[in-house]
Amino acid sequence: MSDFSEELIRSKTEDDKEESCVFSGTGMSFPWLQKHIGTVETGGKKEKDFAQTTSACLGFIQEALLKHQWQQAADYMHSYFQILEDSDSHKRQAAPEIIWKLGSEILFYHPKSSVETFNTFADRMKNIGVMNYLKISLQHALYLLHHGMLEDANRNLSFHLRTFSLWADEDDYAYNTASQNMFDHSWKTSVNLRALIQTPGVWDPFVKSYVEMLEFYGDQDGAREVLTNYAYDEKFPSNPNAHIYLYNFLKREKAPREKLISVLKILYQIVPSHKLMLEFHRLLRKSEKEDHHKLGLEVLFGVLDFAGCTKNITAWKYLAKYLRQTLMGNHLAWVQEEWKTRKNWWPSFHFSSFWAKSDWKEDKALACEKALVAGILLGKGCRYFRFISKQDDQVLRKKIKQIKKSVKKHSVVNPGL
Amino acid sequence: MDLEEAKEFRERCTQCAAVSWGLTDEGKYYCTSCHNVTERSKEVINTGAIPNTKIQAINRGLKRKRKLEKGWDWYVCEGFQQILYQQAEALKTLGVGPELKNEVLHNFWKRYLQKSKQAYCKNPIYTSGRKATVLEDNPSHSDWDSEPDLLSDFSCPSFVESGTDSQPDGHTPKPFPISKVSQSETASICSGSLDGVEYSLRKEKEIVKMTMPRTLAFCYLSLLWQRETITLSDLLRFVEEGHIPYINAFQHFPEEMKLYGRDKGIFAIESWPTYEDIYKKVIEIAKFLDLPRFPDITEDSYLHPNILCMKYLMEVNLPDEMNDLTCQVVKMTGIGEVDFLTFDPIAKMAKTVKYDVQAVAVIVVVLKLLFLLDDNLEWTLSNIAEKYNEKNKEDKPWFDFRKWYQVMKKSIDEKKQKWEEARAKYLWKSEKPLYHSSIDRAVVYKRREMVVSLQKQFSALVDSAPTVEKKSPSSFQFNWTEGDSARTCFHGHGLQGILKKKGQSLTTKNSLYWLSTQKFCRSYCKHVTTYEESNFSLSYQFIINLFSFLLRIKTSSLHEEVSLIEKILFKRKYGKTKKKSRSRKGRKY
Repeated sequence: MSDFSEELIRSKTEDDKEESCVFSGTGMSFPWLQKHIGTVETGGKKEKDFAQTTSACLGFIQEALLKHQWQQAADYMHSYFQILEDSDSHKRQAAPEIIWKLGSEILFYHPKSSVETFNTFADRMKNIGVMNYLKISLQHALYLLHHGMLEDANRNLSFHLRTFSLWADEDDYAYNTASQNMFDHSWKTSVNLRALIQTPGVWDPFVKSYVEMLEFYGDQDGAREVLTNYAYDEKFPSNPNAHIYLYNFLKREKAPREKLISVLKILYQIVPSHKLMLEFHRLLRKSEKEDHHKLGLEVLFGVLDFAGCTKNITAWKYLAKYLRQTLMGNHLAWVQEEWKTRKNWWPSFHFSSFWAKSDWKEDKALACEKALVAGILLGKGCRYFRFISKQDDQVLRKKIKQIKKSVKKHSVVNPGL
Repeated sequence: MDLEEAKEFRERCTQCAAVSWGLTDEGKYYCTSCHNVTERSKEVINTGAIPNTKIQAINRGLKRKRKLEKGWDWYVCEGFQQILYQQAEALKTLGVGPELKNEVLHNFWKRYLQKSKQAYCKNPIYTSGRKATVLEDNPSHSDWDSEPDLLSDFSCPSFVESGTDSQPDGHTPKPFPISKVSQSETASICSGSLDGVEYSLRKEKEIVKMTMPRTLAFCYLSLLWQRETITLSDLLRFVEEGHIPYINAFQHFPEEMKLYGRDKGIFAIESWPTYEDIYKKVIEIAKFLDLPRFPDITEDSYLHPNILCMKYLMEVNLPDEMNDLTCQVVKMTGIGEVDFLTFDPIAKMAKTVKYDVQAVAVIVVVLKLLFLLDDNLEWTLSNIAEKYNEKNKEDKPWFDFRKWYQVMKKSIDEKKQKWEEARAKYLWKSEKPLYHSSIDRAVVYKRREMVVSLQKQFSALVDSAPTVEKKSPSSFQFNWTEGDSARTCFHGHGLQGILKKKGQSLTTKNSLYWLSTQKFCRSYCKHVTTYEESNFSLSYQFIINLFSFLLRIKTSSLHEEVSLIEKILFKRKYGKTKKKSRSRKGRKY
């Protein structure tokens, strides 16, 4: 449930245009021009304060949700409802979804809220706009599941799906309430789910369970089809999980390496910091194509760009090893290319003397790997490398010696020396 | 209706089980024995030959549907009159004298109606060429209920001695009693008022059309005429705080004045009034009404810069001693002269002084004179003051800019935060929803119902925490008291630390100055200068932001006003083109 607020904030920052003055080449500024440029979007009309109020209100709600201030969020929500009466029809039509997401989140966490309040709210929201009906029903069912009300959820969901299907004029299936058989039950659910998954949206838990079920019953092709559709259909919103599910499935199926690489490539573009990236790197390394090798290096650097992975010893081990391999393979240009954009900030990000001391204290093995990388990229004069090489440790003495040797041999700063 | 028409309907009546139906005027079936009306309406099957009587009957039904809601007939200008009345009442509650409502504003409004040819003249314009002879017949008495007078009464422009006797208050205003006149209306474009549609389409060059923001312009003109102690920024702030009706003022119309359709665009405003906009409208209306020179603003008027400066100095917690300096600047620049300050719309370059902005700009200039505000000197001077204050705890403390900055920054940030929160939570829509036409009426009502029920649900979740009581209106946004240890009051602090003796008089220790604008724009654009924040010191930015928030104006407006004052003060420097951005000047007094 908490994914929603993050999703919303992401979308908000995408839409948020920085209010900057319009600059001309001579350094003059025209603040009055900015105002007019802003009206191009609205077709020449100045934004009304009503719109300002609603967008400011939305900002406050999101802030309150992030800080878990449910009371405040509810307070602002109270004022936000007026967007349903906005004279701007675009905003009015987009409103119910936003309100549902925010409202449901507040009601989920607010101490004073109860299942009844949630139910009332869900029912009210469902009646605004038909498109929302099904989405809200599903999420409502999830909420009930969360609260351990399995039967309610199932009943709820079946009822709504049936209502929706009747409205949508689907006569692919008939719903038989009499059947209690486990197989029947799951089959019906699956058929319902299948219809559901055709509609664009984010259905992660449903997809997962549906695919599990299909695999259980041996329908590999069906599962593959569902997952491929879920990941690649353009109508669906971009969802990294879709690719992860597809990848895991293909792995289980022992699909060819090429296929796995192509799936992970997309994941790399969406979430370069994902832990699967290390697996991706391994696949690329083992491949025979040269561009895959180059990409492998890119991927590793990419992973270590992110603060969450700075202490990942596997990543550093791989990078250390791979740098050596790359340099021995006479691909200095690749390393230089990757290093070009990073040399300004990686040293203080990863290799400062603070990190040297802290890493050595925490995990000596990690420090050694990092030292090797630092030595290669920054030369043996860099702080990190010097600090580590001065350390005297019984266990790692040999390793440190090896590192010194490698750096001497491979350092980018003094190549070939 | 005839039984024959309802022959095809064969069901049994739910109440009396008879099968004997008739058609009501609205075309619904009703049981002739028990008069139970159903919801089933008769469907017209063949549109071919319909007998004459039937057409007449149908016509009757349609005609009744013409007016969506029954009520009085009223014109748009009456609506505005209502609103002005409400606003005048509110001003009275704020302490303004009753003459404003009964005489000044009333006369201005009558003059407007006369000038825009809507009333008080021989041939007022009305929709569909109908004559408003009805209006001219009525007797005259000067009151808000009054019927308009003939042209002759208003030929003399002198408003000062208003010969009109003030009538007792307490009349609930009614619109002009006009008999119902039939109009042709298309169902899609309609309005509650009689001329709403026509009004919104009217586009005459010479006539100033009345709008919601212009009501505030009228209020301000009246306040200015009476030289009341409410500045334009005060007025707009009162509107923002809800003490003067503006947003949704139409909700207080009498029950019988129905508002819908095009009226919505005229009366339901969804933006706050801005200072710059209302100011322009004030001048525009004064010119349109051909008003004479306003009563003089002399040294003892509230609006005189000496007094306003004192007020703002107090409000921003600056020492009283600075008032001497502000008076000096006022004197030197000549902006305290009666002729400069008094508003004269007929003058060639009609302008009215932005009294509040100008006073604040003077204060900014004084701060620049004392502290230079170059992100350096002010802090150095603060260090000196701090040292002195520590050593001499018994004496009158020297004014410490840094301490003042800390106190003010905290206070203003808090205020700004609260203001932003209040703006984000503001509920714009009226309780009774406004709809455009019969088509969307049901939808609009349903939406309102939905919103209200959702709001109710969520307000139950919000703690019954102390709701911010509606503040009682005050001219001051900040109050500082001596002896409050939490919030230092700087009123009594001394300026000795920043002034030094020079012969018989004192001068500022700082002998430098920088101009806010080096060159003024002489071309066609409306602005003489722009304000690009990054070009200025942080202290200056802070000061400008502080005062512009106080007055709720744009920072560029205040910056412009500061530049204009400097222009007058340093006239010589602007005479020649100077490349240097600093000019040396020692100020004496």
